[in-house]
Amino acid sequence: MKKTSLTAKLVNAPYIVWSVLFILAPMIMVVYYALTDRDGNFTFSNLGSLSSYSETFGRSIWYAFLATVICLLLAYPLAYIMAHSKASKQRTLMMLIMLPMWMNFLIRTYSWITILANTGILNTLFETIGIGRVQMINTPGAVILGMVYNYLPYMVLPIYSVMSKLDQSLVEAAQDLGCNNRAVLKTVIFPQSLPGVISGITMVFVPSVSTFYISQKLGGGKFMLVGDAIEMQFQSAYNYNLGAALSLVLMLMIVICMLIMNRFTDDSEEGAMLF
Amino acid sequence: MEKNAVIIDLKNISVSFDGQPVLKNINLYIRDGEFVTLLGPSGCGKTTTLRIIAGFQAPDSGEVIFEGKVINGVPAHKRQVNTIFQRYALFPNRNVYENVAFGLEQKKLPKARIRETVEEMLALVNLKGFEKRRISSLSGGQQQRVAIARALAVKPRVLLLDEPLGALDLKLRKDMQVELKNIQQRLGITFIYVTHDQEEALSMSDTIVVLDNGEIQQIGTPTDIYNEPKNAFVADFIGESNILDGIMHEDFSVEFHGMRFQCVDKGFGKDEPVDVVVRPEDVDIVPPEEGMLRGVVTSVTFKGVHYEIIVDIDGFKWMVQTTGYAAVGDEIGLSIKPDEIQVMKKSAYSGLYGDYSSFSEEFDELSDPDSDVSDEEPAEV
Repeated sequence: MKKTSLTAKLVNAPYIVWSVLFILAPMIMVVYYALTDRDGNFTFSNLGSLSSYSETFGRSIWYAFLATVICLLLAYPLAYIMAHSKASKQRTLMMLIMLPMWMNFLIRTYSWITILANTGILNTLFETIGIGRVQMINTPGAVILGMVYNYLPYMVLPIYSVMSKLDQSLVEAAQDLGCNNRAVLKTVIFPQSLPGVISGITMVFVPSVSTFYISQKLGGGKFMLVGDAIEMQFQSAYNYNLGAALSLVLMLMIVICMLIMNRFTDDSEEGAMLF
Repeated sequence: MEKNAVIIDLKNISVSFDGQPVLKNINLYIRDGEFVTLLGPSGCGKTTTLRIIAGFQAPDSGEVIFEGKVINGVPAHKRQVNTIFQRYALFPNRNVYENVAFGLEQKKLPKARIRETVEEMLALVNLKGFEKRRISSLSGGQQQRVAIARALAVKPRVLLLDEPLGALDLKLRKDMQVELKNIQQRLGITFIYVTHDQEEALSMSDTIVVLDNGEIQQIGTPTDIYNEPKNAFVADFIGESNILDGIMHEDFSVEFHGMRFQCVDKGFGKDEPVDVVVRPEDVDIVPPEEGMLRGVVTSVTFKGVHYEIIVDIDGFKWMVQTTGYAAVGDEIGLSIKPDEIQVMKKSAYSGLYGDYSSFSEEFDELSDPDSDVSDEEPAEV
C-alpha cells in the first residue's frame, strides 16, 4: 500500500475525526443500547421482543416498496422528457421539482392533511361536482402518497442525470439498425439508464422504509411504521433499549437491501463504474 | 462506369436550424452501386445531407426519393440505408458479436442464420476471433471495423459513412481507405461517404459532390473535379491552385498578367472577366528569356518528391511545384501549356482564393512549431 505523507494525514484528519464522531460512535451506541437492559446488563431480550413488531416491519417494507415502484413509474418518463427538452425548459422543470424541497419536510407533509381531509380541499371539490366525499386521509394510500410526494425528487434526479448524458448517437444507431421507438427504449435507453434507476431506487427506498411522521399525520396513527415505532420508544416510552434494537434491525435490513441492489449494478459492469 | 439505375434522388432539399439555412435547395441523384463522396469544409451541410438520407433529419422542404418512392415520412428504422457514425456509436454494454448481431436480432432472424452472418461479416472486416471481446478493449481501428461489420450485416442497399476515418491516424486511415473501397466493390452496394479530406475523396470516389455553404458547388468524377473545377472555391479546396483574374477575349484565348494565352476553353462571352486556374504542378520552369511569364523566386521548400517554389510575378505570388531547383532571388520564366489553363466563370468566390502572397509570408513563421498555416492536411480530430 502507498505510504501517506504527513500532510496527507493532516488533511485527512478532520474527516476521520468527523467519521468517528458522527458515524461510528452513534452506531456503537445503537449496538450498545440494543444489547443491554435499563441497568446496562448484557441481554438479548430487546431483540427477542421484536417479534411483536413483525407486522410493523412488514408494513414498512411493503409501503416503501410500493412508494418506490410508484416513484419509478412517475420519475422515469419525467426524467426522459426533461432530458429531451430544450435547456430553458429543463431548468424550469428542475426548479419545479426542487421547489417543494425548499420547504420543511414536516410542513410539506402537514399541508397534505388540508388537501386530503374529509372536509379538505379535494373532498369539497368532489362534493361540488357531485362525486361525493371520498375517504382519503387516514388510509394506507395517503401514507404512500406522502412517501411518493416527499421522495420523488430523489428518483427523478439520478435518472435525469444519466439520461441527459446518454449518447444520442447510440439511439440513432439503434434506429438505424431497425429499432422502432419501443425497441430503442428497451435495447439502448433502459440499459444505459440502469445505474440512475438503481441509485434512484436506493435513494427512495431507504428513507421510505425508515420514515416517521408521514404515517402519523396522513395515516392517522393507524398504520405504524418502524420509524414511528422507534420515535415512540425514544420520545414517549423512554425505552432506549427497545428503540435501539428496532433501529439495529432496520439498519441491517437496509444494508441487505443495498447489497442486493449493488448486485444489479455489478451485472452491468460499466454501469457500476458510475457509482 | 456503367450507368445503373438511380437509387437515391434528392429534390430541392432545404433545411435550416434556428433560422440559419444549412442546406439550400440541394438537388442530387445517386446511382446504385456508386461510391459517392460529399466533400466540403465543416459546416458545409454534408453531414446534414447524410442525416436526411438516413432519416434522422427531416428536410424543411423538398423530397427524398428512394428507388422512385418518396420516403420523407419513412422513419430511419424502416429505411434500407445504414449508417457508420463518426464516433462509431457501438453499444458499450454488448460485446463484438452482440454488436454485429444487433440489427439481425431486430429482424428476428433465426439464431443459426444470425451466427452465420455475423461470422461472415467479422471475416470480411478481418476480426475473426474477436467475438467475445468488449468494445472498450478494442483499438480505434478495430472499433471502426466492428461498426462496418454491424452496418453491413443487415445488408443495406446504401451505406452512409459519416467521416468514418476521421479519428484514425494517417497510416491506418490510408489502409482503411483501400479496405473500404475493396469492400464496396466486392459487395457492389452504394456508398455515400462524407469527408472534409480532399485526398480521401479523390482516391476513393466514383463521384464527388463538393459542398460549401449549404450549396452544391460541383458534381463530377475525381478527374473532372480536379482538372476542371467550376469555381474558385472548388479549385482552392481540392489541391493547390493559382487563381488569377483574367479576361476571355474569344474562344481559346485568355488574358492574364497582361499577356494573352492560348487555352482549350470556349463558350464565354466576348471579353468576359473570368477566373483562371493553373495547378502548381502544371507550370514548367524555364530560363527567363524563354518564359511566357517572368518572376522572382521568393521562397523554396523541399517537399520530397518536388520543390515548392513561390514566384512573385507583378506582385501576384504563384506556387510552382517542380523537380528542378531554383534559389531564392533567382529570376525565372514560367511556361504553361494551353491544356493546363482552366478558365472558370466568375462566382461569389472570385478573388477569395488562389494567391499565395500570404502563404509566402507564412513561410517566415514556419520555424515556429505552433504555426500550422502552411498545412493543407485535414486537422486531426
